Amino acid sequence: MAVDYTTQATGGIGDAVLRKEDRKFVTGEGRYVDDLKLPGMLHAAFVRSPFGHARITSIDASAALALPGVHAVLTNESLPVETGVLSASNPGGDVRHPEQAILAKEIARYVGEPVAMVIADDRYLARDGADLVHVEYDPLPVVVDAEKALEDGAPLVHAEYDSNLVKTLEHVTDGFDDAMAKAAKVIKLRVDNQRLTPSAMETRGCIGDWQEATGEVTLYTSTQVAHFVRTFVSIVCGTSEAKVRVVTPDVGGGFGAKLNTYREEFAVCAASHAVGHPVKWIEDRTEAGVATIHGRAQVQYYEVGVTDEGKIVALKFDAVQNNGAYNMLLTPSISHLTLFMVPGLYDIQDISIRIRQAFTNTTPTDAYRGAGRPEATHGIERLMDAIADDLGIDAAEVRRRNFIKPEQFPYSSATGLIYDSGSYDANLDAALELSDYAGFEARRAESEAKGKYRGIGLSTYVEVCGLAPSAVTAALGIGAPGWEHSTVRLHPTGKATVITGTSPHGQGHATSWSQITQTELGIPFEDVEVIHGDTAFQPYGLGTYGSRSLAVGGIALYRSLGKVREKARELAAHLLECSIDDLEWTGTAWQVKGSPDRSKTIQELAYAGWTSASLPEGIEPVLEATTFHDPPNFTFPSGTHVCEVEIDPETGRIEILKYTAVDDCGNVINPLIVDGQVHGGIIQGLGQALFEETVYAEDGQMLTPTFVEYLVPSAADVPEMTLSRTTTPSPSNPLGVKGIGEAGTIGASAAIVNAAVDALSGLGVRHIEMPMQPARIWNVIQEAKS
Amino acid sequence: MIPSTLEYTKASSIDEAVAAVAAGAVPLSGGQSLMPMMRLRLAAPHAIVDLSGIPELVGICEDEDEIAVGAMTIHREVAASQLIREHAGLVADAAGGIGSPQVRNRGTIGGSLGHADPHSDMPATLIAAGASVIAKGPNGERRILVEDLITTYLTTTLEPGEIITQVRIPKSDDHSAYAKFHRRAIDWTVVGVGVCIGDDGVRAAATGVADKPVRLTAFEAVLNGGGSLDDAIAKVAEGIEPHAGLDGSAEYKKHLLGVLARKAHAEASSR
Repeated sequence: MAVDYTTQATGGIGDAVLRKEDRKFVTGEGRYVDDLKLPGMLHAAFVRSPFGHARITSIDASAALALPGVHAVLTNESLPVETGVLSASNPGGDVRHPEQAILAKEIARYVGEPVAMVIADDRYLARDGADLVHVEYDPLPVVVDAEKALEDGAPLVHAEYDSNLVKTLEHVTDGFDDAMAKAAKVIKLRVDNQRLTPSAMETRGCIGDWQEATGEVTLYTSTQVAHFVRTFVSIVCGTSEAKVRVVTPDVGGGFGAKLNTYREEFAVCAASHAVGHPVKWIEDRTEAGVATIHGRAQVQYYEVGVTDEGKIVALKFDAVQNNGAYNMLLTPSISHLTLFMVPGLYDIQDISIRIRQAFTNTTPTDAYRGAGRPEATHGIERLMDAIADDLGIDAAEVRRRNFIKPEQFPYSSATGLIYDSGSYDANLDAALELSDYAGFEARRAESEAKGKYRGIGLSTYVEVCGLAPSAVTAALGIGAPGWEHSTVRLHPTGKATVITGTSPHGQGHATSWSQITQTELGIPFEDVEVIHGDTAFQPYGLGTYGSRSLAVGGIALYRSLGKVREKARELAAHLLECSIDDLEWTGTAWQVKGSPDRSKTIQELAYAGWTSASLPEGIEPVLEATTFHDPPNFTFPSGTHVCEVEIDPETGRIEILKYTAVDDCGNVINPLIVDGQVHGGIIQGLGQALFEETVYAEDGQMLTPTFVEYLVPSAADVPEMTLSRTTTPSPSNPLGVKGIGEAGTIGASAAIVNAAVDALSGLGVRHIEMPMQPARIWNVIQEAKS
Repeated sequence: MIPSTLEYTKASSIDEAVAAVAAGAVPLSGGQSLMPMMRLRLAAPHAIVDLSGIPELVGICEDEDEIAVGAMTIHREVAASQLIREHAGLVADAAGGIGSPQVRNRGTIGGSLGHADPHSDMPATLIAAGASVIAKGPNGERRILVEDLITTYLTTTLEPGEIITQVRIPKSDDHSAYAKFHRRAIDWTVVGVGVCIGDDGVRAAATGVADKPVRLTAFEAVLNGGGSLDDAIAKVAEGIEPHAGLDGSAEYKKHLLGVLARKAHAEASSR
């Protein structure tokens, strides 16, 4: 189904209406943290460790304090707050949770760890002051590689433990050994899913404003999870949660990196308490390279048992996850998501999984677009090609033979999930057709005639989205739920305010939520205002991540709209002097069945509900409703991506000639937004496949802190993409929606790498690690030829 | 950008600029190199003098033997100049491929030379073209061959107080071209090679393979001695030991030298 943007857009569900929030963003009228200026506000800069691991022997702030305009230099000892474990996940569980002080306490464990904080009149002076703080370090042994960190005798990142092991996830099905023993063939593959730097357009930033007289703390911060941040600020700062307000202004991207509670957020609150002024900190780009979490960093060892026909009979997955120096909000949980998705969309019931998480002297890792799932998908999709290659079966065919079939849904996976719906063959068929897979060999020959290598690669994926049923988060040991909140409030004039617990930072919720409101309640799209991200205005909200906003927050909204509509119905029956059973909903009004002249529009009912001149028995004034929706299950978007590349053997450069993506995200609220999510997701997957890698030297130095070294793709690196969709509505929610925020990223990297491996398969190449920068490809070709 | 505290002045004449530089100010031309270094505080000048208010530093003109390019002429103007295209096509090639349109609209030919980044496109092509710069300092003007200007990373033979005022490119009938390789569509050059083919022989220079732009003397010697292009390519990396980096191994860069020398030679020959 090609998207037709010319369809008349009225602003209801399914319409490709333009995003209502974009005018302010494209005209520079957005208001980000750095646009906010409070009276008396001071500015912070952090002194950060230049060593990967070092004991802090002394901090001399005298020169900084002598600089006119510098108000204070704070260290962990002088910050006026409680400090302690700042990580949320797995409290009290079987995971090692070392203390993460707000500023480094005695020992710095990664390059960029904050050691001291300078407060000054402006940002420039703060930075000048930071340069004048003299810190003496006594360097300690460093380990940056997660596999090496788990070897005997490795330097200990946290000396209080006897190893760098954070946690081991294990999941082995009963029949695994027998099944593997019966395999006709066992194929092995090692895949390194490299470390990435999330790189949102807006770096992090926050302002802490502590009111001495009342003890109230307001924190303005660029986050995806305002309420989580509030809870943690109250704990860390020793303040009542009721006295803490967290405000999220416009947020310029997050990609999971702002799904966290950061030291700087606590530090600006504590510093405000210390100096008696609001304190602002804005992360600079180079700082973001070391101070904001990284993603991926997982090394995987696959062993797969197959029949001669390429049917998988058993799968063994052994991985090491690099957690970095500390556990952040969800660090230990990210590889749980990998564990869930190890079998992908294949019917594999005998499985053995072990994931060991390791501390290293690096920036902590946590959620980055896809969060554990791209790792699983990339690995199994590389493995499927290895099977196809080994057995001489077509890559599409080997996938088809292993797919979970439509009649198997709901499907219980070997990792404990219940896949709700999907039609994997339909995705594959559509993608093969659109990409002219059948005609590929002729195109390969054309390229060969020019001295180029051409390849085609597939990636068929399923992801687990809609995080998360609260029973599941509890079972995983995460000390937080997965529900979402919404409130729908109709004003006397018939306009609506929608308050959502989701926290859009580029996703267009103001638009999608307005569309749902128009369709479900008959309030025009333009009459709906969406409020989010301010803990003063809403009950607890869980935020935006894990492709959850629509499948959880959107359903919370849908249910509130239904409650308002039903209350309006009772009011209409009362006013029209009929039974509620005599009424039918026209889409914008309640009318007596068959009598269009006897009806009340939703706007009339909003006014009547407010004036309350005549209310039915037991009905309270005002049309307003609130819902806390806990999803009964995850959702399971799926898709097939096909990539076609040409490789120049002289330089090793890969050119993407064609990219086709067929995604099944269930029902679509706004096709424009869905396509935008797929485009952006694919570009991030392309970035990982071709360019991006966060590199540490053995001594702990970070070699890629700026965009000169860390190669984010530019618009000119992006190929034209052909997008299409299949639709199997999710049975887990009344809108039948699944989620699309991460799909592109999850599907893309394997399709691109598989295409490159296919291009070089004639040379005997079986696997290529990411990023596939030209020098790496040239080396692969040279090695294959020698 | 959060640079350290500094004094800013904008000079309205070359003499004023020279006086400021002699007093310790760092000259600011297009800001495409100095500003990023100040952002990272790798450069923390106590004073900068802005050269953008000096009209005589901008523009391209010719005399009988040379093209004179004002040091503050932006890359876009160099790329668009018919005069440069006609007499030193490789310089126009390089200018037209630097960074992005934004960079080409800010960055200047003099700034690129003065900054002396070993991955810059401009210096190698100007070396191959046999160009010189005019440097002006407290003691007057002097002429320096671009080949003698850059000594190592970010280091030139400019004396304290000297600024580059002009680049002088010989007017020649040489056929020339520049070929480069970079990783992303908009990115630093990994390796670039400029080749000039004239009646008096072949001159070639490369960027990205040493601590400064280098003449490809072995390559030139083979061709100028009547050898074949294949033989010249085989020797192109002789005496050159590139630094390995995240953008490739030394071996890869030596290989690219050959690929790009062949490409530039073919393009020059076809012009």
